[in-house]
Amino acid sequence: MAVPQSPSPISQTPAVGRSVPRKDGLGKATGETRYADDLVFPGMLHGRTIRSTIPCGTIRDIRLEFDPAGFTMVDWRDIPGRNVVALLTEDQPCLVEREVRHAAEPVLLLAHENRETLLGAEVRIDYEPRSPLFDPELSAQSFKNILIEKGDLSDGFAKAHVVVEGTYRTGHQEHVYIEPNGIIAVPEDGGITVYGSIQCPYYVHKALVTLLGGAVTRVRVVQTETGGGFGGKEEYPSMLAGHASLLALKAGRPVKIVYDRVEDMQATTKRHPSIVRHRTGLSKDGRLVAMDVEVILDAGAYVTLSPVVLSRGAIHAAGPYRCPNTRIAARAMFTNTPPNGAFRGFGAPQTEFAIEVHMERIAETLGMDSARLRERNALRPGDTTATGQRLGEDCSARQVLREAIRKSGYRRKRKAFAGTDRGIGLSLYYHGSGFTGSGELKLASRASVELTATGVRILTSSTEIGQGTRTMHAQIVADALGIPYEQVDVAQPDTSVVPDSGPTVASRTCMIVGGILERAAREMRERLDGMPPMEYFGHYGPMTVTGQYQQPDWIRWDEEAYRGDAYATYGWGCDVAEVELDRDTWEVRPRRLTVVTDVGKAIHPALATGQIEGGTAQGIGYALLEHVTMRDGLMANAQLTNYIIPTTLDTPRIDVVLLENPYPGGPSGAKGLGELPMDGPAPALVNAIRQLGLDIRTLPALPEAIMEAACASP
Amino acid sequence: MRFTLNGVPRDLATHPAARLLDVLREECGLTGTKEGCGEGECGACTVLIDGAAVCSCIIPAAQVEGAEVTTIEGLGTDHPLARAFMDEVGAQCGICTPGMIMAAVTLGPRPSLEKVRTGLAGNLCRCTGYEAIYRAIRKPPVAL
Repeated sequence: MAVPQSPSPISQTPAVGRSVPRKDGLGKATGETRYADDLVFPGMLHGRTIRSTIPCGTIRDIRLEFDPAGFTMVDWRDIPGRNVVALLTEDQPCLVEREVRHAAEPVLLLAHENRETLLGAEVRIDYEPRSPLFDPELSAQSFKNILIEKGDLSDGFAKAHVVVEGTYRTGHQEHVYIEPNGIIAVPEDGGITVYGSIQCPYYVHKALVTLLGGAVTRVRVVQTETGGGFGGKEEYPSMLAGHASLLALKAGRPVKIVYDRVEDMQATTKRHPSIVRHRTGLSKDGRLVAMDVEVILDAGAYVTLSPVVLSRGAIHAAGPYRCPNTRIAARAMFTNTPPNGAFRGFGAPQTEFAIEVHMERIAETLGMDSARLRERNALRPGDTTATGQRLGEDCSARQVLREAIRKSGYRRKRKAFAGTDRGIGLSLYYHGSGFTGSGELKLASRASVELTATGVRILTSSTEIGQGTRTMHAQIVADALGIPYEQVDVAQPDTSVVPDSGPTVASRTCMIVGGILERAAREMRERLDGMPPMEYFGHYGPMTVTGQYQQPDWIRWDEEAYRGDAYATYGWGCDVAEVELDRDTWEVRPRRLTVVTDVGKAIHPALATGQIEGGTAQGIGYALLEHVTMRDGLMANAQLTNYIIPTTLDTPRIDVVLLENPYPGGPSGAKGLGELPMDGPAPALVNAIRQLGLDIRTLPALPEAIMEAACASP
Repeated sequence: MRFTLNGVPRDLATHPAARLLDVLREECGLTGTKEGCGEGECGACTVLIDGAAVCSCIIPAAQVEGAEVTTIEGLGTDHPLARAFMDEVGAQCGICTPGMIMAAVTLGPRPSLEKVRTGLAGNLCRCTGYEAIYRAIRKPPVAL
């Protein structure tokens, strides 16, 4: 299909590149917007999940210690289809049959019309306990192994002037979307409709079809306004929707399940803890000649998304650097904790933390300025990554590094802070946009634009979870059609209305789905042939144009060998963190973060800046505050009283600089953006702490860890 | 229980130990007030009682007897802070926004950055890193 190059007579002031009003801004600011827990259906029951209280063992007996009159009860025997949460591997049951693999695993479901009565019901489960496994390094069961090899490692080490080794560890991180998980299942017309706080409606749809089998003729999934996701509502809503649907089908009435904060924190996914070991050879002048990296992720008790989290973590493990001889060996290991899963950054924050602290230690060993070490080794156009991907002109590692150093006054402050209680550090990072390798080709995402009486409407399963999907997609479509932004409406994701645009994950919603919409809108513009959409609709009636993902023809990826073009493009970033140490409390206070990112094109500068500020704040929490304490395989501090995320007083000034080095395949040149800012803050902060003489290699860097490092330092 | 809700006198036969949050959301149908943690840590359920910002999830209904309660709905749809949150993209996912705005109205006009940071320390936002919220609250009011 030819794309019209000449502007049609209906062109307007472009919406792209301007901070137009958010489509959902006023509803959210007035409290009018309805979220899952705000919805009530006639005859609705409340649902509750009875969970395992041990991490490993066999269920012997379940005893109800309440009067079951008026209750609806569901266990695994009530599942009409297959008892699995269908995702990558069908290993996770929706309800435990006998074998318990982690604490807080769902066993029995209850529903009642009175919430207080429901919460008062006591159930006792007797077990044959077995000894649990919590250490991923002692685990014999791997869910996925990845080996990335480039060049000749032994040859590289033979040429090395210096070899630097190090082990780096990171803990769990909890998403803390402020709206906990919530789903309402409504039996309708021989089928089931599910409304809820969901990132990926078609993931839930697939899971329900598998779970409910032939018991329903129709499954419909509707995303309600979602109060934050960050990856935490990528896979778990499939489990929760299954539970609510089973109860609703058995009761023949709508059932709402909304988790309280404790249940949400204990039972749902978290960021994978990691252990990363580096052994790195360098030439005398500080060039990387050999990188040997081992990555271990603690996957928890079921596969969920761990293989793909591991994949992204492994691909990013060598950092944004050129090195001719590289080996990255990665594995995701079974343990008896609730499964870990998707969280903004998806494995890369762990491995980029390791390489960036390691680079700082390499610089110390060489007696070299660490910014210069990065500058010398940073990837540039024409270089190849660890997977052998040759980078094009859209590689901006050195530009973001230089701009961050300049903007923050890094060199001047580095000198001024020496010997004080203040420190400054930096991190250089990158993040692949969209699904890895041939993932986007397999997804074959679709998205549509349809004419309406008032303009056009976008039909996509990409969800608005705060990041600005509606607004940004409407801007892209408005410009491609040459109509005002206000004439573009966006449908609520509803699987009975919108096509499958793939999941809302992997920094793909703007670059990939936005790109599909841009092409669909251009095709529509051609068909309109200069007529305004409303006029065309009035004359000729409805028209829908559906676009499908088209992979750039240059992309080559070998899934077996892990070689080739891992991502169509990358976003690039450099963070400079300034900290101050309180030697009485051993707290490290961040004072300022300067964040320079190349996002290709900021479709909506205020939204893009907001993504970076928010991701940076999450990274600050990951680095300094957020500590999941596991006790017997269960989160012991599952409440906001003692799992601390950054408040206004913990979050310093964040200076954001957006660079725009376009990716030709993205809409207006846009690259992926959502996850990028999560990768940089933790290593930048820990490197700032290093300037104080404190050797931290484990996250989070709590005051206890700082004090221990201070006691250990000479 | 008699109290004034968004300027209107109400008389409810509610359990004195019921959470004010549930009374507002379920008995009065005002769902703009959100629950994030249920223990007074996140501030999503912030409302005003006699002008003071409180977490309605830890306030028993009996405590508002005779008091004046204001929720986000009580500010109307044209409040300058709602406009400012819209214009400055102070709301991303929006779930903390009503509580954030209710806490912000107690700060008075044109508050200093330090006053805003201190005044909002009990309101968690996981999306914005707070910068856009500061921009919205500190923005000079625009004549509507």
